[in-house]
Amino acid sequence: MTREIASEAAEPPAEPPAVDLAAGSATDPPVVTLVVNGELHRLTVDPRTSLLDLLREDLDLVGTKKGCDHGQCGACTVLVDGRRVLSCLTLAARVRGPVTTIEGLQASDGSLHPVQQAFLDHDAYQCGYCTPGQIMSAVGCIAEGAASDEDSVRQAMSGNLCRCSAYVAIRQAVLQAARELESAP
Amino acid sequence: MNPFRLVTPTTVQEAVQAFARHQQVDAGLSPSPQPAVAYLAGGTTVVDLLKLGVLTPRVLVDLTALSDSLAEISVDADGLSVGALATMAEVAAHPDVARAHPAVVQAIGSAASAQLRNVATIGGNLLQRTRCPYFRDGVSACNKRAPGSGCTAVGGDTRGLAVLGTSDACLANYPGDLAVALTALDASVSVATADGGAYELPVADLYRLPGDRPDLETVLAPGDLVTAVRVPDGGWQASVYVKVRDRASYAFALTSAAVALRSQPDGRIADVRVVLGGLAARPWRCREAEELLRGGPLTPETAAAAAATCLVDARVDQARAFAVELGRRTVVRALLDAHARVPAGA
Repeated sequence: MTREIASEAAEPPAEPPAVDLAAGSATDPPVVTLVVNGELHRLTVDPRTSLLDLLREDLDLVGTKKGCDHGQCGACTVLVDGRRVLSCLTLAARVRGPVTTIEGLQASDGSLHPVQQAFLDHDAYQCGYCTPGQIMSAVGCIAEGAASDEDSVRQAMSGNLCRCSAYVAIRQAVLQAARELESAP
Repeated sequence: MNPFRLVTPTTVQEAVQAFARHQQVDAGLSPSPQPAVAYLAGGTTVVDLLKLGVLTPRVLVDLTALSDSLAEISVDADGLSVGALATMAEVAAHPDVARAHPAVVQAIGSAASAQLRNVATIGGNLLQRTRCPYFRDGVSACNKRAPGSGCTAVGGDTRGLAVLGTSDACLANYPGDLAVALTALDASVSVATADGGAYELPVADLYRLPGDRPDLETVLAPGDLVTAVRVPDGGWQASVYVKVRDRASYAFALTSAAVALRSQPDGRIADVRVVLGGLAARPWRCREAEELLRGGPLTPETAAAAAATCLVDARVDQARAFAVELGRRTVVRALLDAHARVPAGA
């Protein structure tokens, strides 16, 4: 059972504090300090808790979706330290580095991230369930320099499944956002 | 998921000693068919199997804090050295790896997904478990998961399982890509032991055949910790990894083949390595194929003749019969691909 001890919208420390897991056990749960979308949270966590469940159940950040819970669909993709990872296979107690979810993508003035805007421009979704994961994966993909052309996007985004098959539009959106971000000053 | 405790050592010595200590403690508590202690690297295999109830350790030895010393990638006179905690993404993106061993980059790049490759480690990738659905469902009779309970795959759904190296006790295939390429490149792993020792082991000797003990997948003793992978400079002129699967990406291999080769000035094959993956209980070195090709020209005909020898020992049923022809064609494709990459005039 996760219990939030403290939460503050403080400036995140440059280096996230070390996690004290030395005394950790199921009956003596470890205390974890996490920076999520710029906010510092201090919580006790059952070591079994996935980052996905912590985000959704304990931090009320339900934008990240649980598709398969086994690392096979990509719907749970978030950024940790700028790198795209599957939050369903990440133990919350082991997270090192700041976490960015779909809720943390838009600018402080509310304007959409270029990837979000590109998804709107290209209607790159139907039901929307895979969409947060697609967008976070696209942000990570572009940061990796893997969105150079349609073929590289097809390969680099293959970890995100879409049962509504919005793939064609998703690829166009990723390419548009990549062009915009790569040409930004 | 059964409750567990996370311990976080900061050195290799602390890690192997913590493993041994907790294993001893648990041995006194209660007998269990499942290992009580497990190492945790990237977690993409372990957390998945924890959720399925396939792995039920009481203690996880978290290797995250060891990353600084075990994540390095370097090249020296002996060849390439990759720390076991380097991620798949880091290794695949490393220019020295791409230059020296293209098959390694191809194998890693064709595996998993970008998100998984950002987290999964080289050591963990080598030690991944089978995707056999009966192993993974956590309840079916499975000699690998619950020794002596039987093998539900025998007489069950066998598509995608092994046709080489199986036994009456287990039809599971080894699903990984990197190990196949590393076997072709004569790679080895460095292993640290609980008593403070260390040893080197060829990847080709790492994996066991199931026999009557499919629960023992490697020759590693419990608590042994893989610390590095070394790939010697084999003087290969070309190395490739070809992967064939149901969809174009993000799927395990139905069949795969790693080939490394070196030509004589007259174009005939000086030396070659052929290793099959996807359809075998462990990476499958095809020595007969290599013998046939050595000293001769590599043409579609000689490639096909060599490939035919790779699967003569295949044990198939109706569901897996397709894998034999597919496996042969995969070997031919890999041989001809590699040949085409040999620098002209070499």
